[in-house]
Amino acid sequence: MTAAATPEFEVANERNKRRRGLFMALPAYLYLILFFALPLIIVVVYSFATRNRFGGTDLSGWNLEAYAKLGEPIVRDILFRSLWLAILTTIICLLFAYPFAYFLATRSQIVRNLMLVFVMIPFWSNFLVRNYAWRVLLGNDGPVSRLTENIGLGETTILFTPTAVVLGLVYGFLPFMILPLYASIERMDWSLIEASRDLGATGIQTFRNVTFPLSLPGVIAGSILVFIPSLGAYVTPEILGGAKTTLLGSYIVTQFLTARNWPVGASVSTVLMVVMLAATLVYFRKGGRTL
Amino acid sequence: MAGNAQQLRGNTRWVLSLNAVLVYVFFYAPIALLILYSFSDDQLVGRWGGFTLDWYRAFGQNDEVQNALSVSIRVALISTLLSVVLGTMAALSLERFRFRGNRIFDALLYLPVIIPDVTMAVMMLIFFTSLDDIIGLQVTKGFTTITLSHVAFSISFVSIVVRARLAGMSETLEEAAQDLYASRWQAFRFVTLPLILPGIVGGALLALTLSLDDVVITQFVAGPGSTTLPVYVFGLIRRGVSPLINAVSVVMLAASVLLVVLSLVAQRARGGSVT
Amino acid sequence: MKTKRMMRLLAALGALAVLAGACGSDSGDAAAAAECEAGQTDGPLAIYNWTEYMDPELKDAFAAEFGVEVTEDNYDSNEAMQPIINAGGSGYDFIVPSDYMVSIMIEAGDIQPLNKDALPNISNLAAEFASGLPYDPDATYTAPYQWGTTGLGVDLSVTGEDVPQTWGLIFDPALAAEYNLEGSYATLLNDPRETMGAALKYLGYSLNTTSEDELGEARQLVQDAKDRVAAYDSDQYDELLVTGDSAVAHGYSGNFLFQFLDAENPDQYTYFVPEEGGTRWIDNMAIPKDAPHPCTAHTFINFLLDAERGAQLTNWNLYASPNEAAVEFIDQEVLDDPIVYPTDTSKLEEIEDTGDFETNFSDAFIEAKG
Repeated sequence: MTAAATPEFEVANERNKRRRGLFMALPAYLYLILFFALPLIIVVVYSFATRNRFGGTDLSGWNLEAYAKLGEPIVRDILFRSLWLAILTTIICLLFAYPFAYFLATRSQIVRNLMLVFVMIPFWSNFLVRNYAWRVLLGNDGPVSRLTENIGLGETTILFTPTAVVLGLVYGFLPFMILPLYASIERMDWSLIEASRDLGATGIQTFRNVTFPLSLPGVIAGSILVFIPSLGAYVTPEILGGAKTTLLGSYIVTQFLTARNWPVGASVSTVLMVVMLAATLVYFRKGGRTL
Repeated sequence: MAGNAQQLRGNTRWVLSLNAVLVYVFFYAPIALLILYSFSDDQLVGRWGGFTLDWYRAFGQNDEVQNALSVSIRVALISTLLSVVLGTMAALSLERFRFRGNRIFDALLYLPVIIPDVTMAVMMLIFFTSLDDIIGLQVTKGFTTITLSHVAFSISFVSIVVRARLAGMSETLEEAAQDLYASRWQAFRFVTLPLILPGIVGGALLALTLSLDDVVITQFVAGPGSTTLPVYVFGLIRRGVSPLINAVSVVMLAASVLLVVLSLVAQRARGGSVT
Repeated sequence: MKTKRMMRLLAALGALAVLAGACGSDSGDAAAAAECEAGQTDGPLAIYNWTEYMDPELKDAFAAEFGVEVTEDNYDSNEAMQPIINAGGSGYDFIVPSDYMVSIMIEAGDIQPLNKDALPNISNLAAEFASGLPYDPDATYTAPYQWGTTGLGVDLSVTGEDVPQTWGLIFDPALAAEYNLEGSYATLLNDPRETMGAALKYLGYSLNTTSEDELGEARQLVQDAKDRVAAYDSDQYDELLVTGDSAVAHGYSGNFLFQFLDAENPDQYTYFVPEEGGTRWIDNMAIPKDAPHPCTAHTFINFLLDAERGAQLTNWNLYASPNEAAVEFIDQEVLDDPIVYPTDTSKLEEIEDTGDFETNFSDAFIEAKG
């Protein structure tokens, strides 16, 4: 990430590079403007509108009422609860995914590819069916409960507890952590690690000072891919947590699809997007600088 | 890639292997249950009713499910292909070049990851239907609108994974290749592409998964006869998820395992690995 | 600079798009009924219906009799279906909205008046359904499809046979304890109107109340029941009951019936609408305003209003039929089942759209859950 000083004879080259960069970005850029940014304006516009008597959205007479709803204490509770759950999920995913990706990266080519594909295969079944399978596994008198009973831990009823929600979220998002971690650990220059060990560093020292910093882009990308979707998750908390507490994702769904209050749904989404975008950009820049 | 089959030392090796085993057990526990009950002669998943192949037979006779499965697979393949190409180009442009507007582009790329899916669903619905009112373009909702929407969120996931791969990777190899009179395309094809391939593959796997799992967005941009499998299953839950859906999932799992095995065999036969 | 200008232009375009879209969908001009004759078809039929609500054989029979292609897609909630129809260009010819949603869709101009000349079989409807219902007072826009109730499913092996038919099993801890209901034994529907409605009924109020105080009392009641609730679930409550994950479940009649018939011991379970009263819901056949083939849709509605076909539908999905002429063709055991046809319908109430007060219901529910 070093922008070297540009000698004069390379100025033309630099300009050329800029053009190539834009050219390369253009297809995705245009696509996202057309099929994402334009539609997104609708969300922003709706967030300033009013729900009419029949749950339609009145666009005349813009106001900030929908945003005022964000100040209610219940929304703040929901937000903190969701943040905590998302952070917990991200940390647990990282704890299991990092050693897994590291292990993967040290296997031979063919084993590595095979292991990677077998990480993903379960996720080509069906999201809901997987969640319901967990419900059966964790349920009253289910396999997990019987297992703990047999090994003398007594019956465990995990279903419909916060533990079940975290477990479900970790299950759903673990691959999102593994893939970017693997992609960045796999390209690591292993001779640096050997050099570190040869110079007498312990395994832990090497990990802290060499391995981990080198894999940081993967850690950052992975934690974003896990943190953000778990912040908005609602199906897993409903199926495995029994919808007993409202989380951010289900709050937004409720506004759109139950209260039919689109302006509030849109305003919560807008604020969420602004805040998370700012946080993401800062996180990435910071990650970039420490490289 | 130099020396990545590095030797792990003593304890580390055991801890890492154990962790890998745990992760796989965790991944496959619900899958095992799902497979088991696809052979159970009982409407209720979780209550064993004796061995049967009825659910597979029912799948063979159910046109609706078959149609939904075929729509799902086609949407998933096309949207993955498109988003891999667009997402990889986006990642390369952002990691390798500075250009006008790259900051905005950077931000724009994260938004599809951040936006709640219901919100995106609603906005895509309004967007596609209002195209008719503004520019007189009548969009028939269905396969095309579903695919376009899936690409819109998948691009971001692909580009994030590819960027994780590219970050901090030096350009010296490509430059060397170009110094040796390789064309830009050759330098990309024979140097850059192999280097970033694991990132691309990872991104593609994610895009495929996201497309195969999406319910809400698809539901809102679908039209008559373009129901995908997840949308079908979502509707079915009201009346109980019968093991029929397990059977469909098992068929999909089996097909994907078969594909993987075939591609490995093909790779072997060609006598070399891609990377 | 260029990008900035371009972005601004695009933003303006987008805003225009939204406004145009809004104007387009809000123009609820009272459309005239389609000019169709009985039995006329004008193209293939695209059905948009709840899952597993239409006997596939009926679709096949219609396709064969009229020589048109029939496709069906499904939705899982009124609230997911309505915006899709409202946005326009959905491509569907036939939809099945529930009671309160019908009034919303009429108001929003989403559905077209029915041409009664094309529906001779409408005379088959029972009197209470034919003369128009609160949500469609003159029966202008819809014809009823099927109806059912919301109540409680109970595992009698936990409570014993002589369980009182009351919402108190959920809302009264002392009564619950009397019938061995301990811990988190209940599931409630994850639906503000249904669950707040149950509490309102228990308190003796209307479930369509627009009184903040009454709703506040109901909220307190639901909140106090929190520890006794295993899950708020609108999809799998019937399965959770038979797997033993719950002992009392709040849910829809037909789902329980299906689940009980499959259980090892069907007599172990019962379903009732508590004596304080509960919800009756009525689903209705309607034609979207911009349906591509309104005549085929009319012919299909008339086809389903036929006595034998109406009976076939009830025999297949086990929900009650509004079709009086169909009664003689409905299986006797279905007619005799109090779960399908409750003996006393006087204490039932339909959910009505409460307009601006709807958001109070969802807020109260979210607060009650905490």
